[in-house]
Amino acid sequence: MIQNLIDGVLTGSYLSLGAIGLTLVMHILRFANFSHAELLSLGAYAALVFDALVTALVPVLAAKLGPLSLTYALLIAILISMVLTGISAVLIDRLVFKRVREKGWELSMVFASFGMALIIRNVIGLIFGLSPELYSKDIAFAMILSRDPLILVKPDQVFVLIAALALMFVLHLILSRTTFGYALRAVAENPSLAQVNGVNLARTVTAVWLIGGGLAAVAGVFYGLSHQVIPVMGRDLVLPIFAATIVGGIGSVYGAVLGGFIVGIAGNLALVVLPSGYTPSIPFMLILIVLMIRPHGLFGEARA
Amino acid sequence: MPIWAHRSMPDPLLQVTGVTAGYVPDLPILHGVSLTAERGQITLIIGPNGAGKSTLIKAIAGLIPVSAGRIALEQQDVTHIRPDQLAAHGIAYVPQNDNIFRSLTIRQNLDLALRRAGGDATARRDRLLAQFPALDEKQRDKAGTLSGGQRQFLAIAMALATAPRLILMDEPSAGLSPKATAEVLDHARRLTADGVSILLVEQNVSQAMKLADHCYILAEGRNQVDGPAAELMGDKVVGEIYLGGRRMGAA
Amino acid sequence: MIGTISYLVFFATTASILAIAVLGLNLQWGNTGLFNGGVVAFFGAGAYGTLILGGTPQDGHLGGYGLFYPLALLGGMIAAGLMAWVVGLLTLRLRHDYLAIATFGVAVAFENLMRNAEWLAGGAKGVRGFERPLRDALGDGFLYNIAFFFTVLIILIAVYLFLERLVASPFGRLLRAIREDEEAAASLGKTPSRIRLTAFITGSVILGLAGGLYGTFYAFVSPQDVLPTLTFQIWAMLIVGGAGNNRGAVFGAFLIWGAWTASGWALSRFAPIEAQLYTGSMQFVLIGVVIVGMLMWRPQGLLPERLVVSQRGSKE
Repeated sequence: MIQNLIDGVLTGSYLSLGAIGLTLVMHILRFANFSHAELLSLGAYAALVFDALVTALVPVLAAKLGPLSLTYALLIAILISMVLTGISAVLIDRLVFKRVREKGWELSMVFASFGMALIIRNVIGLIFGLSPELYSKDIAFAMILSRDPLILVKPDQVFVLIAALALMFVLHLILSRTTFGYALRAVAENPSLAQVNGVNLARTVTAVWLIGGGLAAVAGVFYGLSHQVIPVMGRDLVLPIFAATIVGGIGSVYGAVLGGFIVGIAGNLALVVLPSGYTPSIPFMLILIVLMIRPHGLFGEARA
Repeated sequence: MPIWAHRSMPDPLLQVTGVTAGYVPDLPILHGVSLTAERGQITLIIGPNGAGKSTLIKAIAGLIPVSAGRIALEQQDVTHIRPDQLAAHGIAYVPQNDNIFRSLTIRQNLDLALRRAGGDATARRDRLLAQFPALDEKQRDKAGTLSGGQRQFLAIAMALATAPRLILMDEPSAGLSPKATAEVLDHARRLTADGVSILLVEQNVSQAMKLADHCYILAEGRNQVDGPAAELMGDKVVGEIYLGGRRMGAA
Repeated sequence: MIGTISYLVFFATTASILAIAVLGLNLQWGNTGLFNGGVVAFFGAGAYGTLILGGTPQDGHLGGYGLFYPLALLGGMIAAGLMAWVVGLLTLRLRHDYLAIATFGVAVAFENLMRNAEWLAGGAKGVRGFERPLRDALGDGFLYNIAFFFTVLIILIAVYLFLERLVASPFGRLLRAIREDEEAAASLGKTPSRIRLTAFITGSVILGLAGGLYGTFYAFVSPQDVLPTLTFQIWAMLIVGGAGNNRGAVFGAFLIWGAWTASGWALSRFAPIEAQLYTGSMQFVLIGVVIVGMLMWRPQGLLPERLVVSQRGSKE
């Protein structure tokens, strides 16, 4: 039970990171982006490639950070992957979503995002193969927190949680202390008023994709560290991430953080009562419950 | 007016010439509207519902595409200006409703408006807050908690943040009590004393007419009559047709 | 010769069943603007419902009620309708993203439930033991397939005519009005959420009908039949054919199903053995490209909606 709770918190940390970007995009561009989870795969694979590249170029960096299975090379690869995934998100917007948007077919954006999800997921499969990859082949030994009940935590998991919380805190500072953050929130609330107050909408949209893509990349790597890197990971993550945004309230960054943890914990706690085969259904159950008792989520507000 | 007299007059601040505009390209709401706004004056636009008053202001602010005609500020063409470039041209726009960000605090609203203002933003924010004591007290509260009148003052403060030459105001009295309306309009009048010009759309004709220098009457997207506000108010014919007849006289 | 004809009948039967599904989706998306991200769940509800209600008793899972076939089919349709009612009731009052996400979720949960709940529908093994109606009279061969094809064709024509009349009726105009300008429709005293719910349920019942026929055709249904693939295929059919146009929907169904089977055949025949594992991925990339490409370059589809020009209201 306590073990499930701990695992849930760890699952929640990467779900939250994924959900933050998704909720921002959904709020500002007003469409359910079904390809957001593919940005997590993109980030995870980019980190895989650059981890190998950095290790090959500078073998010293293959050293591990303390008790973690994470190497210095992977840390650098994560940073590169954040930037690349952010840029990819911007490019996908320019090439596809922006064009559909400008035609005025706003409802069609959700279709376009499904199409993009199919393309990205399967192109990754074609390039990297369908079998799973790991960042480190070494077996990571878990720390025993308690023997009765048995509670195990891997050092990597602790790192993932702390790093995720740190990133969220940085984002919180940006949103609550900088005029750039105010501008983002202003566009989310009222785009045309933000514009007459001097906010450049196109630039804000670019910034949102960069932030969303960057956080998605980290989330993807963290998922890979906790499980494995596999082309269909986006397919398995899309519903939990959407559930996190709905639980938290679409548009609320803090809601997405909380929603991510709730979805992660609920999924792991469900293992106590349900066979593990049912885990993929848990996010949908949460969505139904939230829609029944609090349709606009924990922090969301009604908006047409 | 003889041509030599015309030339000796100073250029108007804002000159709108034959503007045709609408939300959808084939369905113009404005049909060749012209207007001038002089420096340091309040220029009022009135007219029945659907006359195109708000559309005109939005067209000047660059929020609605202009399909024909020209808009010039101090002889500089601003016809197809992008709304986020307004401040750079010395224009500020105060929309009718939803003119503040409810989810930001009062201070954050102002800091956002001051973002591009340069210089010492904190000092400028303090100066703005000094003008509006009610806002100063609540500067760390969410703007959504303000009363209607206070929201208008915050919107005006945000407009002033960019030190504009011209403020476009779309029905600042909408939804306000008569007392709050009087406060907001009085404040607008005081601003002109500092050299700011105001282009004002108002439904509250009687109060606005007393305040304005010059007045334009629009109907069905076209210019109808214009002239000094005081003259139009006294004009029986204009009063009968456009200002609501006897009700106007009673006010 | 008979082999070719036999294959053509098989192909045309599947395509016609899918065309019925595309028509159902067209009522939701094309005519009403409702995004259904979980087409396969409603299709699957129809298939599972029909087979469970109309099948012979099985050990270990629900079903075997041996219901008179038309009633079993109706039961499948009702199952799809009920699912649509729950999802629609919860989401249609909210902004459109919610429906997209909830329908996507219902499809994930449906497949997940069917795969795991052995007591309910046989789990991964699927529902067996369904006897196709009139099998005693027509046998299992070519004759049966021809007869079944014509039955499906008649149902397709009936659904088509029903939808054409529905779209031309005052209700159909209301649907388009809501799609174009919800506020205006609301100001006319109509409740858009109720009307959208009606359209969503009707479309889902048609999807359930298609699913029921599909289950009948194969006399078997398993979780493999309710994978998201089918949702993407049915969408591609609608988008390529032309959303809003029932003729386009049917045309798109035959075209895309033809292209899908042909590309699958070509890939399995000509692609090198090492690449065989990846034919699925290639087909998915193709379908993704078709969807995105159509949206970008020909969003109205090959057969566009014959638009009754609606003048957008002018606002000040």
